[in-house]
Amino acid sequence: MLLFVEQVLNGLQLGIFLFLVAAGLTLIFGIMGVINLAHGSLFMIGAYVAATVTGLTGSFLIGLLAALPAAALVGVAIEVVVIRRLYAREHLDQVLATFGLILFINEAVTMLWGRTPLFLNVPDALRGSVEIIPGIPYPVYRLTIIAAGILVAVLMWLVIAKTRVGMLIRAGSTNREMVAALGVDIALLYTALFAAGAVFAGFAGAMAGPLVSVQVGMGEQILILTFVTIIIGGIGSVRGALVGSLLVGIVDTLGRAFLPDMLKLFLPPAEADGIGAGLSSMLVYLLMAVVLIVRPTGLFPAAARAH
Amino acid sequence: MPKSYEKPFLVIGLVFLMAFPYLAEAMGNAYFTSTVSRILIFAIAAISLDLILGYGGMVSFGHAAYLGVGAYVIAILSFHFYDGSALFGLPGTEFAPIVWPLGVLLSAVAALILGALCLRTSGIYFIMITLAFAQMLFFFFVSLQRYGGDDGLFMFAGRSHMPFIDLDNDRTFYFVCLAFLVGFFLLCRAIVASRFGRVLQGIRQNERRMAMLGYPVYRYKLAAFVIAGAGAGLAGVLLANHTRFVSPDILAWTKSGDIMIMVILGGIGTLTGPILGAATFLMLEEYLPVIFGDLSMPLLKDHWRIVFGPMLILIVLFARRGLYGLLFRKENGDD
Repeated sequence: MLLFVEQVLNGLQLGIFLFLVAAGLTLIFGIMGVINLAHGSLFMIGAYVAATVTGLTGSFLIGLLAALPAAALVGVAIEVVVIRRLYAREHLDQVLATFGLILFINEAVTMLWGRTPLFLNVPDALRGSVEIIPGIPYPVYRLTIIAAGILVAVLMWLVIAKTRVGMLIRAGSTNREMVAALGVDIALLYTALFAAGAVFAGFAGAMAGPLVSVQVGMGEQILILTFVTIIIGGIGSVRGALVGSLLVGIVDTLGRAFLPDMLKLFLPPAEADGIGAGLSSMLVYLLMAVVLIVRPTGLFPAAARAH
Repeated sequence: MPKSYEKPFLVIGLVFLMAFPYLAEAMGNAYFTSTVSRILIFAIAAISLDLILGYGGMVSFGHAAYLGVGAYVIAILSFHFYDGSALFGLPGTEFAPIVWPLGVLLSAVAALILGALCLRTSGIYFIMITLAFAQMLFFFFVSLQRYGGDDGLFMFAGRSHMPFIDLDNDRTFYFVCLAFLVGFFLLCRAIVASRFGRVLQGIRQNERRMAMLGYPVYRYKLAAFVIAGAGAGLAGVLLANHTRFVSPDILAWTKSGDIMIMVILGGIGTLTGPILGAATFLMLEEYLPVIFGDLSMPLLKDHWRIVFGPMLILIVLFARRGLYGLLFRKENGDD
């Protein structure tokens, strides 16, 4: 039971990471109509910059604060140089061009940082664990991630639902030309939105730094998992992204933790381990298949948009 | 040149390809034969993808999955043949007339199951979901510890055994690949020109209209998806035999991207294009590092992708009709 609660929290924390990446991706898709495969690269850049700056200054906070503008800067550069030319193109072009971006960015990161993975320590202030429920010590750092994720989700909802900028974003997603005709600098708005998505991804990458090894390709792993969450949640819906992310995070973590043991109840242990490992890595995709059969447009489909 | 030159172009190309192993040996570079075999194999995969991508308008970003299924069928049965152990109570085998059709068949079955799910969606969903399911198969093969898991599986028993044909001879194997490419090309040409092919292209242009005309759109798309999966499976069968080694890397998502690049580079919506694209892509992959090495740019030699990425972006942005478009003039009536 204690292990179960701990694994649920771990799942929650993976879900938060996925949400931070998925939210940017789905906002950019829902509003600009662009599918950006290079979004995972921004996650990676956040992690690399955070690891490097933390290594230089010894302060994780400075590393984190450096990662955000770095991700934003790269995001703006990507938008201005490539993505901007893709708004009116078909999805195939967007996929290929951003695939080219991934090749470029991965190679550039390899040139700058080399092929050996970087490691980042959990900051001293957040080391150790607390007993949230008596008998269950849980690492403070992971709790911080969960809290930060919730904070970002609330912040994002406030901005989109309550502010003027949010109103323009919502209006732009419904009718881009109309908003532009009303005198809003839609190009600037899009660039800013893209930068915001990049910051979320960079933030997630920097926070993930102490938990995983920072290496080339880490962005794509999370990107594809993010696609699964978006398909489950429904494209273009931030609420869907949140539900999908948490669902995928928890199912994936619980599957990996308990599936092999559950299979041992009715299979020989050696086979149970093998099948369990295979099945648990496929579990979220099977979840996606089930959701797709029941609701082809995801759990929370955004209203159909004119493109 | 005008489009009517396409046929003579292909015939000359075929004559050249038939003479190639002898030319390579005469020049003392028999190794090239193996390189070109790889090109022929990937040309099959690229054509099969273009069938659904270019003609059917289905942007499948998981095509390498079917390549992987075909390749793993060969390698796993070869493993049991070498090992002497049984698989589901049956012995392993290297006998090509059994394993090759089986590899193609299982790829088609995989395409049928995944296609039936994926085709419930369209547009951007379809791209993401084909990618996600391909990744699922990737993790599935990674988890097969018995068959090498992450590290892959060597075929110690060598290439499949074909009666009367010695596949272990590189030149013979080359001609087998060439024969399959020509056969598959002609098959796809017949498909594209058939009533089925016309309906498929109609669906790409206006799915709703075709549905209103009474065509079972979903079934047509699924049939095309399965044919494409079988084609990729054939390429996988040949690829496993070519390298005598398979690993989950064959169905990594970047491979799906590579095959898609071959189609775009060569010319989407044509059958000649993917062949040109596969040749160009694999040559670039092989020789860009060498060229940078010769130009004494060691940094770019190791990191040639930093040049290839932007090249791809430029092609997508400015040269949509690919190499085919460069070679053959656009004529009135083309869409």
